[in-house]
Amino acid sequence: MSQSGMIMEFVHRRRRGAELFLLVLALAVGVGAYAAVGLGVEGEVPTGLLTYGGWLAGLVVVAHVVVRFVAPYADPVLLPVVAALNGLGLAIIHRLDLSLDTTYARQQLTWMSLGVLLFVVTLVVLRDHRVLQRFTYTSGLAAIVLLLLPLVPGLGTEINGAQIWINVGPFSFQPGEVAKLLLVVTFAGYLVLHRDALALAGRRVLFVDLPRGRDLGPILLMWLVSLGILVFQTDLGSSLLFFGLFLIMLYVATERAGWLIVGGGLFLGGALLAYRFEPHVRIRVDTWLHPFDFYDDADGAKSYQLVESMFGMGWGGLLGRGLGLGMPQRIPRAESDFIMGALGEELGLTGVIAVIVLYGLIVERALRASLICRDGFGKLMAVGLGSVVALQVFVVIGGVTRLIPLTGLTTPFLSYGGSSLVANWVLIALLLRISDHARRPAPMLAVDDDADAEATQVVKMQVDEGVGR
Amino acid sequence: MNKPIRTISIFCMVLFLALMANATYLQYWQADALNKDARNRRIIQEAFSRERGAILVSRNPVAESVETDDEYKFQRTYPQPFKYAPVTGWFSYYSQTGIEQSQNDVLSGDDSRLFVTRLVDLVNGNNTEGGRVSLTLDPAAQTAAFDGLRALGDGVQGAVVAIEPSTGKVLANVSLPTYDPNLLASHDFASVSENYDRLNADPAKPLLNRGIQTTLPPGSTFKLVTAAAAIESGNWDASSTVPAGATYQLPETHGPTGLIDNDGRTQCDPKQIPFEVAMEYSCNTTFAQLGIEVGAEAMLEQAEAFGFNDHYLDDLGPQAFSVYPVGANKPQTGQSAIGQFDVRSTPLQMAMVAAGIANGGVVMKPYYVDEVQSADLDILDKTTPSELSSAVSATTANELTKLMVATVAEGTASPGAIDGVEVAGKTGTAQSGVEGKPPYAWYVSFAPADDPQVAVAVMIESVPGQATDEIAGGLLGGPIAKAVMEAVIR
Repeated sequence: MSQSGMIMEFVHRRRRGAELFLLVLALAVGVGAYAAVGLGVEGEVPTGLLTYGGWLAGLVVVAHVVVRFVAPYADPVLLPVVAALNGLGLAIIHRLDLSLDTTYARQQLTWMSLGVLLFVVTLVVLRDHRVLQRFTYTSGLAAIVLLLLPLVPGLGTEINGAQIWINVGPFSFQPGEVAKLLLVVTFAGYLVLHRDALALAGRRVLFVDLPRGRDLGPILLMWLVSLGILVFQTDLGSSLLFFGLFLIMLYVATERAGWLIVGGGLFLGGALLAYRFEPHVRIRVDTWLHPFDFYDDADGAKSYQLVESMFGMGWGGLLGRGLGLGMPQRIPRAESDFIMGALGEELGLTGVIAVIVLYGLIVERALRASLICRDGFGKLMAVGLGSVVALQVFVVIGGVTRLIPLTGLTTPFLSYGGSSLVANWVLIALLLRISDHARRPAPMLAVDDDADAEATQVVKMQVDEGVGR
Repeated sequence: MNKPIRTISIFCMVLFLALMANATYLQYWQADALNKDARNRRIIQEAFSRERGAILVSRNPVAESVETDDEYKFQRTYPQPFKYAPVTGWFSYYSQTGIEQSQNDVLSGDDSRLFVTRLVDLVNGNNTEGGRVSLTLDPAAQTAAFDGLRALGDGVQGAVVAIEPSTGKVLANVSLPTYDPNLLASHDFASVSENYDRLNADPAKPLLNRGIQTTLPPGSTFKLVTAAAAIESGNWDASSTVPAGATYQLPETHGPTGLIDNDGRTQCDPKQIPFEVAMEYSCNTTFAQLGIEVGAEAMLEQAEAFGFNDHYLDDLGPQAFSVYPVGANKPQTGQSAIGQFDVRSTPLQMAMVAAGIANGGVVMKPYYVDEVQSADLDILDKTTPSELSSAVSATTANELTKLMVATVAEGTASPGAIDGVEVAGKTGTAQSGVEGKPPYAWYVSFAPADDPQVAVAVMIESVPGQATDEIAGGLLGGPIAKAVMEAVIR
């Protein structure tokens, strides 16, 4: 954007043309990668390239047109970034398909179509995100039900040691991915109402404002829920994600760093307890610290996947082996949690950094929407959605590259997985809806000179724009 | 709420920067260590799928990579597997040996000498093709040695090594029993493992290159070293008379264990005989006394000057160390002087003794790799012969040659004689020291005596069906050495 924060009569432009241009680039990434995979593996441009490219372009154009009509002021960068990531993910899944003789890419394209459909439905049906505030407790209840579903006998299935899947007919479904959206809505709705009570009461200890004991209820509840997920579903990743999300939103709502200290303490305590008493957490930590000791361990190669991924990324080096020219099929389930390993092997450090930057852009755009949003609920939701992406990306990529212990989470938009992909498309739709609201001109406030009166004024946002650059 | 949102944005930035820094660490700083991990199958598989350079003998490949349709793209094949296996070694998915191992960098294309080729390949978009290694082996000599040794019968265990005395080039290196490296280079990994296990468990040890990896008592062939030490001492030359006798009681011993005899060769019976006769009839009593006379220290120095107790082979490995005992007392020195006690030698080492004498006393460092070539046949490197040691003076070498020529002309080594060519040689029959195990037969020679072009050592560990007393170095080894020498000279 070319606007400068200096201009006082600042009005966001729609920038739909820019979005279209960026979408063409994103398509070039997706279709180009798909063609490169064909060239790399089979030595020829894949025969279905036109059909595939056409379908991908169709989905992207539909999404763009819908945004143009129902959210004209929405952020122009989010959709192209997501399209590029999704296209790249499809190409890599297709590449693994070719080596392993699976058909995950085709299923993933179907899921992407469903994701775009729900993206469109969300934008069309939900004309104002504040409507969601009415469903604060409903969505909270729904989230808890969804999280409990995998524990229902006969419905839940254990995949790779984690009890986070449910089977409905022929489909398996990861309710946690949907629950994260519902939880954002719940937290935002709850916190926007109770933020004053949580923020103002408390006592000061050593320059830090600590909350009152009775206000600790919600955070303790969330802590217990997270621990429950960890213990009963053995899902380290989701547990970390939900608790971190709650903590960030609580901090933003109350503006009190004390919550972070309380929450951080609870997290550390929980982590220590889990390490002490949960064998699978202990294994995760041990394989993180000494992955090579467990690579070809006689009693179960517990870090085979991690070390294979590390070998692959090391082999890829700075520029990668080239799409289709590495051996990412050596990494078990590379199409899912370990897709970054496959990407790092064939596209190198360059590709990995590019993808991390793309995720960084999503988060930055979400936080920017939050900054300029005029209502507290929208602000909190945008922060929550951005944080979900940031935390999930950090936890999964950090796990795959051995920055932190490995936890099972999908890489948004890249990994194979229907529930994850669909949920993330809806997440983007919600972000676009909030940013559309935030960037839409608000004439009665735009001419207001009383700049410092209220935090949510547009005038104040202009200053933010200048600082944020 | 904007202030905490800014804090959160900084927090998120830190998270992402940490991810990028860690990815950089993993894929840049740690990459080398990961690529060097022995368990990294990607590296192994990539090397296995590469177009590996050929190993050549006289411009003909004895190991080459042939294109295949399977996932590894190239199949390593050995056109004359049994004859050259001890030298080429094998290239399997799991391991490499021989030249395949020692020249792996060149063959795989990783060698720095191939840098320019690699760069050109990169620019042209070609796959890296490995360099070629041209061996010093002479196909005629190798064939003569292989056929000669194999002609002794099924199940023969032995080795032949031939060297060019003036350079140290190894002209022939045959070892029996041998194996088919194609079985180990196969892409059917289950059968590879099975074949490897079978070959490795075989008591006849077919995977061993007996030419450089087996040390046995060299027996009478070691008398060349004793004679060298004696002549170097200045007290004797080829025309001297030397002490002999039907029997000789080693100093500090009593009874039959310390009693040296000559296995019924009566030419040795007089108290004093000409040096030539002692060599011709391989008189144990003479050489035991000569050894004790020059002393343990001089014997050790002389043996080490020929290469004993030393590592000298870089092209092929692992080389077994030939041994001359350190700190031997008098009776032990007497035993050692006739190639018994703790003296152990590889066939290569005995060939080097002959080659050193042939080359005027200078032992050249033995080598197998003659040239390193790029895939486009440009010569990138040619081995320059280098001196390993000066074992004896030229005069001594000349005297020793006279003794060896006489041994072929009139003595025990006559089966190695070639019509119209003066051959210098020495036989050996060494007690195995193991109850019921027949003695080892040795034959060491070089030719022509006046202008040596080839030095040979033949070692026969065992021949099934041959009675113990029939094993005599001259009888079994002579004809093989003769064939090898003829192959080189003609």
